[in-house]
Amino acid sequence: MRFILNYVKKYKIKAILAPLFKMLEAIFELLVPLVMASIINKGIANSDTHYIVMMSGVLIILAVVGLMFSITAQYFSAYVAVYSAAEIRKDLFQKILGLSQGTKEKIGEEVLTTRITADINQIQNGINMVLRLFLRSPFIVAGATIMAFIVDIKSALTFIAVVVALSIFVYFIMKYTLPRYKAIAAKLEKVLHAVSENLSGARVLRAFCQVDEEAEAFQNKTSNLAEMQIHTGKISALLNPVTYVIVNIGIVGLIYVSAQRVDRGFILRGDVVALVNYMGQILVELIKLANLIVLLMKAFPSADRVCEIMEMKSDERCHEITATADETFIVKGAISIKNVSFSYNNSNEMDLEGISLEIEPGSTLGIIGGTGSGKSTLLKLLTHTYDVSEGSIEIDGRDVKTLSDSSIAKIFGIVPQKASLFSGTIRSNMTMYKQDASDDEINSALNIAQASDFIAKKEGLDTIVSARGNNFSGGQKQRLTIARALMGKPAILVLDDSASALDLSTEAHLRKALSELSWNPTIIIVSQRASSVKDADQILVLEDGKAVGLGTHAQLLSKCEEYEEIYYCQYPREEAANE
Amino acid sequence: MNKQPQSKIFNRILSELREYRFSILISVVCALFTVYLTLLIPILTGRAVDCIVAKENVDFDKLIYILQLMVVTVVATFFTQWIMNRVNNRITYSVTKNLRDRAFAKLQHAKLSDIDSHPHGDFVSRIVSDADTFADGLLMGFTQVFTGVLTIIGTIYFMITISLKIALIVIIATPVSLLIAKFISEKTYKFFGTQAKLRGQETSYIEEIIVNKNIVRNMDYEDDALENFGSMNNDLADASMKATFYSSIVNPSTRLVNNLIYAAVGVFGAVMVTTGGITVGGLASFLSYASTYAKPFNEISGVITEFQNALACASRLFEVIDADVELDEGVDKLIEPRGSIEFKNVCFSYDKSKKLIENLNIKVEPGQKVAIVGPTGAGKSTIINLLMRFYDIDLGQILIDGRDIREIPLDDLRSNFGMVLQETWLKNASIKENLKMANPEASDEEIIEAAKASHAHSFIKKMPYGYDTVINAGEGTLSLGQLQLLCITRVMLNIPPMLILDEATSSIDTRTEQRIQSAFNKMMNGRTTFVVAHRLSTIKGADLILFIKDGAIVEQGNHSQLLQKNGFYAKLYRSDFEIN
Repeated sequence: MRFILNYVKKYKIKAILAPLFKMLEAIFELLVPLVMASIINKGIANSDTHYIVMMSGVLIILAVVGLMFSITAQYFSAYVAVYSAAEIRKDLFQKILGLSQGTKEKIGEEVLTTRITADINQIQNGINMVLRLFLRSPFIVAGATIMAFIVDIKSALTFIAVVVALSIFVYFIMKYTLPRYKAIAAKLEKVLHAVSENLSGARVLRAFCQVDEEAEAFQNKTSNLAEMQIHTGKISALLNPVTYVIVNIGIVGLIYVSAQRVDRGFILRGDVVALVNYMGQILVELIKLANLIVLLMKAFPSADRVCEIMEMKSDERCHEITATADETFIVKGAISIKNVSFSYNNSNEMDLEGISLEIEPGSTLGIIGGTGSGKSTLLKLLTHTYDVSEGSIEIDGRDVKTLSDSSIAKIFGIVPQKASLFSGTIRSNMTMYKQDASDDEINSALNIAQASDFIAKKEGLDTIVSARGNNFSGGQKQRLTIARALMGKPAILVLDDSASALDLSTEAHLRKALSELSWNPTIIIVSQRASSVKDADQILVLEDGKAVGLGTHAQLLSKCEEYEEIYYCQYPREEAANE
Repeated sequence: MNKQPQSKIFNRILSELREYRFSILISVVCALFTVYLTLLIPILTGRAVDCIVAKENVDFDKLIYILQLMVVTVVATFFTQWIMNRVNNRITYSVTKNLRDRAFAKLQHAKLSDIDSHPHGDFVSRIVSDADTFADGLLMGFTQVFTGVLTIIGTIYFMITISLKIALIVIIATPVSLLIAKFISEKTYKFFGTQAKLRGQETSYIEEIIVNKNIVRNMDYEDDALENFGSMNNDLADASMKATFYSSIVNPSTRLVNNLIYAAVGVFGAVMVTTGGITVGGLASFLSYASTYAKPFNEISGVITEFQNALACASRLFEVIDADVELDEGVDKLIEPRGSIEFKNVCFSYDKSKKLIENLNIKVEPGQKVAIVGPTGAGKSTIINLLMRFYDIDLGQILIDGRDIREIPLDDLRSNFGMVLQETWLKNASIKENLKMANPEASDEEIIEAAKASHAHSFIKKMPYGYDTVINAGEGTLSLGQLQLLCITRVMLNIPPMLILDEATSSIDTRTEQRIQSAFNKMMNGRTTFVVAHRLSTIKGADLILFIKDGAIVEQGNHSQLLQKNGFYAKLYRSDFEIN
């Protein structure tokens, strides 16, 4: 909660004024029964019409001033809630941008999106309602009780009894139902998962004739949920009737006690009416308070969840910014990997082990291996997404740890495995690296990436790109992401299995174009296809995180069993011989 | 799925609720009593006040009688209200459950084309949240409107019995507060619209950046993203401020009107007491009615939007419940099919305005292997969709052993095909339960044997609970390749006479694939098999190759025939070698 308080503090004055004005409004409301009492006690008792009209004028003034206070309070609380929430949202967004890859993967995309949208909306509502009601409601309850004491101490004792009884009752109802509401939410979540799982498995389920079993399993889940809801509903169905009974029995007691007080001449009958009114106000406010508590129960977990992300260590990597680390050095693109080992969870189980490799500037490295062999992991270490556990990685003789993320971004052009674009146009996607890029530059990048043809068939550079580039096929997206990576003329170009959706001939054209790039970058190609890496200057063969082969295609074919196996599986021997 | 007019939906809802008519009757009767008893309290309070006149002038006998009456009334209210709440709860939750179950059951037999063409999230929200909103909105709305109207009528009645003149003040002035509320809500409506629009924009931007976080990092785009977000966020905050503030004026404004009515009742009432028109107790009752009279009006106007929302949700839910189901009219089962498959003049397209497959003829002999080849995204899975009758053809016939597949019961047709798809799907259950989907009677030994054949046993054994480990798709404890191995094991537990393998080994590394090849060969031996593949070795050995381009089959024949033809297939086959 402290974390939200820090944001609210920025609007300290407004955050104090909001409940303050609410309290002023409440005071005005509390005065109404007193005015009415004096109308009865003095105006009616003395048949003083003038006095009655005057006092009604007071009632009108109270109402108008109350409205003004109330609107002021609403303004301040809306202001504080909306703008604190906006700042939380902005900071959280920044935090998410800054989270290291490892942390982001651990939390998950969907979760992050929910935190920054739905959770923060809950917080905004929460702040708003707290500022509006959290002081007001208890204040009215306390105020009405105090007013009752001012009117008559003895009669007011019934108020104490009612407030105590109500508090105890509400406490126990909440204590019983709140955990059950959480359980219900969890069961509802299960129902939700069941539906979405079922939909994504529609083909498989039908293929195995499992649909009736699925429907039955679903009914079990919904029965389970409905039972829990009905059971909890039984208890919460008590809330209103019992509250009603307590307050009205309180009124009965109040009337009886105050009747005796009137009989003995301690108070007048207008006071009785005022006391009954105060009791009524307590009932109204308690209902509001109970609703508020329910709302807060939703906002609290949201705040905790947002706070959890805010407090995460954003970067567990180690950056050694040395004095000599000047960021303007000209990168030639030499890479030296020295005896690198790495483990994701810092255990002895290494995900990569003892990799050593020298890459000349301008040369091409192919990395090949099965799923889980450590190809992508090695790339992540190269770009300092994670720290190596052992050994070192140097670019042009500089340890990657001494480079800032933004110089690494300038050095590397990375084409990710999963091609994705941003909504906008082709042009806006292409200029993300370099905002002032000319159309010629863009076109030449598209040309190299074999993307000009299909772009020309659409509306050229102004072709609209929908969210994630979903209006393009997988292969088209891959070619566009390659073009995008070329825009920055990176010294090291990394293709992470990024031509998998291209047919073989397009891929071959692409490889040829890449080998003729004017600035002659170092190229790293990761692939499962032997054909993609065959022509590389050297090929690294990975298996289970270990390098099982390193050399040219010809060398590996003769000495690396694993490479041979992969290659001949994809190219049966006769064809390889035909070559 | 068609949109229906509101009156039709309303009638439909009424017929859905017929089952609950007794519960609803109880609820209505309880509501009636609750309202009556609740309204009685201010009257009794007023009479009690009349017993208390002044010092040594209190009619205790009458007072105690009235107070006893109050206690009885209050206790009776407790019961009627409590019973009403419980009955309503039961109706709400049962209706929700019932609708959910029926919608879900319907989805099991809905047309695949409906499932494919709708975002799954939309179905989920219909079954989960729309069902809730409908039941809540409708039933709670109903009770609120019902009790609200009763309360209004009752209040007017009781007020008139005390004094017609003052009652008229309240009755005439109260609608003013409603008009004010309506006026402000209409004005704020557009602010909420802007807020929703900006919020939607911001959310898509957030999603986009988060999904593409690697790219954003790699391109050093963080500062630009933050700047873009910052300006969106400020716009949203400004719109949100307007919407929140203006909508929060409603309550204080209506409260003002109510307070003014209260003052008016006070002044007229008090004057009337002095002239002997009413008693002080009558005034007290009046004041209490005046302060609560507006409440049901506000509730009813709130309920109307909720009610419309509930109708909308109901119609969305009914669309699912009433959706068309797969045509399943066949009666004669396939008995030990030999597996000859023939496509005869088949025409099919997903989008009926665009032609896709035209007059396709394929003949597959029992036990033959058919390879489906073509670029990614060319529509290789169409053939599978047609064979399994996930989609029905538009014209022509598909025959298995000479019988039209539409004459075969769906379950029977499908259980004669073993299917392994590229996109692995396993349910959130233990590995064993997942494997048993193919063969519920499989023994543990059979399961382990199948897992050994598909080389899945070694990693299953290493899982924390072995075969009882629960698979959780979201948690990614298993790699894609491992998931595919499980799907292969699943089919191996009960191998049907015909097979469909759609890139079944695409995520399995080459070496493991080689190792399970013998199991695969054994599985395919003697069975008619359709294989979608990209490995040349698999394709070359096929009896029939179908080359798919842009959804249509453009070439068919075996390897050497197609090479001779020198068309698409030949080009694909040679491309890699030519360029080098």
